[in-house]
Amino acid sequence: MKNIIKISIGFLLIAFAFTSCNNSNSSQSKGALSSSAAEKVYVAPGEHDEFYAFVSGGFSGQLAVYGLPSGRLFKVIPVFSVDAEKAWGFNEETKPMLNTSYGFIPWDDSHHPDISQTNGELDGRWVFINGNNTPRIAKIDLTTFETTEIIEIPNTAGNHSSSYVTDNTEYVIAGTRFSIPVPQRDMSIKEYKGNFKGTLSFIKVDPEDGGMEIKFQLLMPGFNYDKAHPGRGKSHGWFFYTTYNTEEAHSLLEVNASQNDKDFIAAVNWKKIEEYVNNGGGTMMPTNYAHNVYDDRTHSATSTMIKEVLMVDPSEVPGAVYFLPTPKSPHGCDVDPTGEYIVGSGKLSSNVTVHSFTKMLDAIENEKFAGEAYGIPILNFEDILAGSVEQPGLGPLHTEFDGKGNAYTTFFISSEVVKWKLGTWEVLDRKPTYYSVGHLMIPGGNSQKPYGKYLLAMNKITKDRYLPTGPEVTQSAQLYDITGDKMELLLDFPTVGEPHYAAGIPADLIKSKSKKLFNLEENEHPYATKTPADVKVVRNGKEVHIYMTTIRSNMNPDNIEGVKVGDKVYFHVTNLEQDYDVPHGIAMIGANTSELLIMPGQTETFVWYPKKVGVWPFYCTDFCSALHQEMQGYVRVSPKNSNIELSWSLGED
Amino acid sequence: MEKSKMLMLLAALLPLGLFIFPLWNITLEAPQYPTPLGMNIHINDFTDANPFDIKNINIMNHYVGMKYIPDAIPEFKIFPAGIIITTIIGLIIGFKFNYKWFLGWFILMCVLSLAGLYDFYLWNYDYGHDLDPRAIMKFTNPDGSAMGFQPPLFGSKDVLNFKVHSYPRFGALFLALGIGLSFFAYLLGKKEKIKQ
Repeated sequence: MKNIIKISIGFLLIAFAFTSCNNSNSSQSKGALSSSAAEKVYVAPGEHDEFYAFVSGGFSGQLAVYGLPSGRLFKVIPVFSVDAEKAWGFNEETKPMLNTSYGFIPWDDSHHPDISQTNGELDGRWVFINGNNTPRIAKIDLTTFETTEIIEIPNTAGNHSSSYVTDNTEYVIAGTRFSIPVPQRDMSIKEYKGNFKGTLSFIKVDPEDGGMEIKFQLLMPGFNYDKAHPGRGKSHGWFFYTTYNTEEAHSLLEVNASQNDKDFIAAVNWKKIEEYVNNGGGTMMPTNYAHNVYDDRTHSATSTMIKEVLMVDPSEVPGAVYFLPTPKSPHGCDVDPTGEYIVGSGKLSSNVTVHSFTKMLDAIENEKFAGEAYGIPILNFEDILAGSVEQPGLGPLHTEFDGKGNAYTTFFISSEVVKWKLGTWEVLDRKPTYYSVGHLMIPGGNSQKPYGKYLLAMNKITKDRYLPTGPEVTQSAQLYDITGDKMELLLDFPTVGEPHYAAGIPADLIKSKSKKLFNLEENEHPYATKTPADVKVVRNGKEVHIYMTTIRSNMNPDNIEGVKVGDKVYFHVTNLEQDYDVPHGIAMIGANTSELLIMPGQTETFVWYPKKVGVWPFYCTDFCSALHQEMQGYVRVSPKNSNIELSWSLGED
Repeated sequence: MEKSKMLMLLAALLPLGLFIFPLWNITLEAPQYPTPLGMNIHINDFTDANPFDIKNINIMNHYVGMKYIPDAIPEFKIFPAGIIITTIIGLIIGFKFNYKWFLGWFILMCVLSLAGLYDFYLWNYDYGHDLDPRAIMKFTNPDGSAMGFQPPLFGSKDVLNFKVHSYPRFGALFLALGIGLSFFAYLLGKKEKIKQ
């Protein structure tokens, strides 16, 4: 009898085990693997995605363009790093784009893209992005998806609290992460405290052509300025910056900069400072920085060195800057679509702190100050607090909004995204990320008009999410559907470099403005060759200039003689095509540079130093047509002392 | 004024629409051209349906040795003059002459239009058959003769990887309406005459 009972219990346990196994299977199938998730991210062949996502490349220095919800990669826009594929930084036209006060720099660390806005809504004209290492701000034109301007930021080191735009793209801002001696000088590092300074830069954006110029820099105390966000709507005219290391430590920051119970969010009334400088305020300070502009008509960039910058001491502009105490080394600094709430994510705090803009103004008006730091008033934490999200997770980093009264915060340490409600501060949902999410992005989620359909989490750790590729694995992004009460994980996809942030926009706002080609008639490149009749080769001392054209399926000229060892040979190649998606490439054997990839109507130039006597081929590198393989030619290289005259031809016997 | 005269005057004016709208259109479809290549034929010009279409048709055509589509042909001078002259004649007939002349104008226009179509056919034929002997790609028909690439005069036809469509456009409609209306004016004039 006992045995029977035992056996029955055994069977029951086995049955239970199978049942629970089945249960767990079925609950899984309702998750990411269910057909509904697949349908939500499926974009049928030939169909277009609903959103563009511009995802920063971090240490790749570039900006990647993805479609959402599919997660398909469309383009990697070269910004701060050379790109041999597109000849960015290799051809003569784009080398000036990477010029700085330190000379030509082939790399940077690109962090925070932001799309231009009008009335606090995405307008889809430009994307701005910061170079962190050698401080720069770049502008990408969304008609060509190419970088058309890069401005270096002087008196800055670690350009991290950048490059966010105000409601009408009046300014794009840059801020220093590392405080440094301003101006730079030889001094002891130990004298950091009180002597090092941090600058916040305001770059004016021309409303017509997007041209950038540094209007002024604000000389702030020597804290570390981490992230920033412009005021929106009611708080338009203000800018908010998170700080850490208010301890002003210069060594072992992981300990020494984590001692204060609260650091600050700096609130800057930029309209007040703008008025001050428009009335002659501020001091011109000698400096040196590069301003690089690419022109779509000349297909060329110029680099100009600028020798001074307007510096503003905030203590001389009363009412312009205040400090809002915020717990524990805040990273993310995010303003909700109404402009009322300023969310500070203290990355060592167990809470997410939310300040009230209205309460802040009230405290300022009533001069309820808790003290001051370097002449800048500090407000009382309790006076300005709107509320805090209690125990939402560990390691809050960054928050965006869905425009329906909800906020979404990433938690690096507990590896999750948490949805909570503005005003009641209650946690509504949490979903794990794989793994250790950094930033998140909701298209328009940092503007007055979020498109609250998808949330993109950009993770810092990938480990086992994809097929392994040795010690180095790709970074990973995850897409969530946020239209329901609960978030739903839809998709994992790999990303280029290490994304630090992204900007998303409905495709309809930009796709119709995307250029298909460059009009050959409007090509103002000084070495453009617009018809086969203008093809020529010109010698100027040791320099040889080849004015070449390409069209399906020939390079003109394709036989060149009279080039000598020791010459410097310029290939100025114009693509005569005027058809969408018919680029031509060119590469020369032994050239110490990259290929060119020339779009229809465009002219590009590479330099070749012929080193060996002989006959050397060049060819088209882009499979342009059925006779692409026939697109090739020869250059005869004669000895230095030869007296063979220059000659060139196409199709002659 | 009699209705028939008014109709005749309108009929004479309608062909002037050819100065505004294209007469004919040739469109080439292929998988690589999600937006097809197209050429509009006006009485005084060839124009791109979309920017640079003619240039791109020429690039395609050079592979099989077809000539470039010319910037100008003699017809661009003859056709507009013909339209203006026949319109003036039509107006004079409408004002000064009786309905029997309406029929005369109708016949004149029919003859001239047919002549124009024939001319278009000849040009098409030459364009599709007079090929460069050094053409990059040479195609032959199943019977061994050299393949021609003549677009259809009217209708659709497969030419290598392209599906070619050739159809009249608004300008042709104006011309046809004018011609048709002149015949109607003739019939109406005849009826009015009988009533009198």
